[in-house]
Amino acid sequence: METGIHELTAGYALDALDPEDRRTYEAHLPDCERCRDELATLWEVAGALAVATSGPEPSPDLRGRILAGARAEPQVVVPLERRRRRALVPVLSVAAAVAAAVAIGLGIWAAHLSNDLSSTRSALGQQHEAADIVADPDARTVDLAKGSGRLVVAPDGRAALALAGLDPAPSGKTYEVWVIAGARPPEPSGLFSGRAGADLVRVDQMVGSGDIVAVTVEKAGGVTKPTTSPIVQSQRV
Amino acid sequence: MQALSSTVLALPDSRVLSTMRRQHAHLSDEALVALVARGDEPALGELYDRIGRVAYGLAYRVLRDERLAEDAVQEAFLALWRTAAVFRAERAKASTWILTLVHRRAVDLVRREERRRTEPLGDEVAPGAAHGEATEEAAWLRFDRERVQAALRQLPDVQREAIELAYYGGFSQSELAERLGVPLGTIKSRMFAGLARLRELLDESAPQGSWKPEFTS
Repeated sequence: METGIHELTAGYALDALDPEDRRTYEAHLPDCERCRDELATLWEVAGALAVATSGPEPSPDLRGRILAGARAEPQVVVPLERRRRRALVPVLSVAAAVAAAVAIGLGIWAAHLSNDLSSTRSALGQQHEAADIVADPDARTVDLAKGSGRLVVAPDGRAALALAGLDPAPSGKTYEVWVIAGARPPEPSGLFSGRAGADLVRVDQMVGSGDIVAVTVEKAGGVTKPTTSPIVQSQRV
Repeated sequence: MQALSSTVLALPDSRVLSTMRRQHAHLSDEALVALVARGDEPALGELYDRIGRVAYGLAYRVLRDERLAEDAVQEAFLALWRTAAVFRAERAKASTWILTLVHRRAVDLVRREERRRTEPLGDEVAPGAAHGEATEEAAWLRFDRERVQAALRQLPDVQREAIELAYYGGFSQSELAERLGVPLGTIKSRMFAGLARLRELLDESAPQGSWKPEFTS
């Protein structure tokens, strides 16, 4: 086993890896039980470093703001970034990026218990790409006409869906993403299995102005033409 | 492994830190996360009551700005709210997970804001000064803090420096290599050896058995 990658565990636990190393490490984790065990332990050590800090108290109303924010879910509206360079950047892109980072970390934790490592890995890869899109400050968000969440579209046409509360697809079924451009037939644009809580889904086809992105439930493996009506559908981009 | 993770992390099962007045005071952190996953708002509040202060202290240490630190804590707790369903308690403590979320968010923010610490990170606040109340909670926290700080002091200087600048300063490994004028590989090794050593030191200094005070009947 490669010492180089194993050594990255410390940097990962301290959130100190550079992006390329972080991607390498996260791609490696599903295959390496030793690194997963080590990471779980070093996360605990990092937690001890957190306890070693001392500082001022948080303001008394922080608790209330957190609970109010939770109440507002699944809108994912987080009042932050007031001093951000581009004040008009939708708050969602920040919040979704956090959700993505969280989901990635969580995916790894979940992988400890799951024997389904290959699907975990593929889900992680997909989420990385989706996270890159929603973290792009120049990406725009598009409301959903149906479903809960947002469509995020990068300037180059790559897109991701940030979905809230879509339960895992029923047994034998999958969610399928479609890009609908004008009068053309919907283009198959990826499959995903869904998960409770927030989910980020990459759209496999480029999305252009005026397009609509939709999600249907289809038989496992996907289909080339939608056979059910969409459960998620965006406004026109 | 199980024994290790119960002793390495200084933060105790924080049941002992909560007061009995609270609705969910008798539940473990992990049980609270399970309730949060089902949309239980008071459970989220209880987790904040237990971990929010440490979380904020961590975020403030990284960000050095009260509002940004509160943003980081708020986002982390809302991320917890959204994603609690996938947390698995078998492998990790809920408090560790939440602090991981807070730290990751704080580092993201500090890198974006370029609000980077350039000074070595001493303790600006005297121990206990910010936590005026002489509660059992404050005593436990202070004890834990002192124990971890003592362990840090025993690390070789170059290892402590790498760990502190990374974790409290938010510097990435390549930034540290440039800043300290050493090869990237050296930084990686220092961080790895330092964290491994810190884990040993924390294990050695951990009280035997449970962190919880023993109540004998």
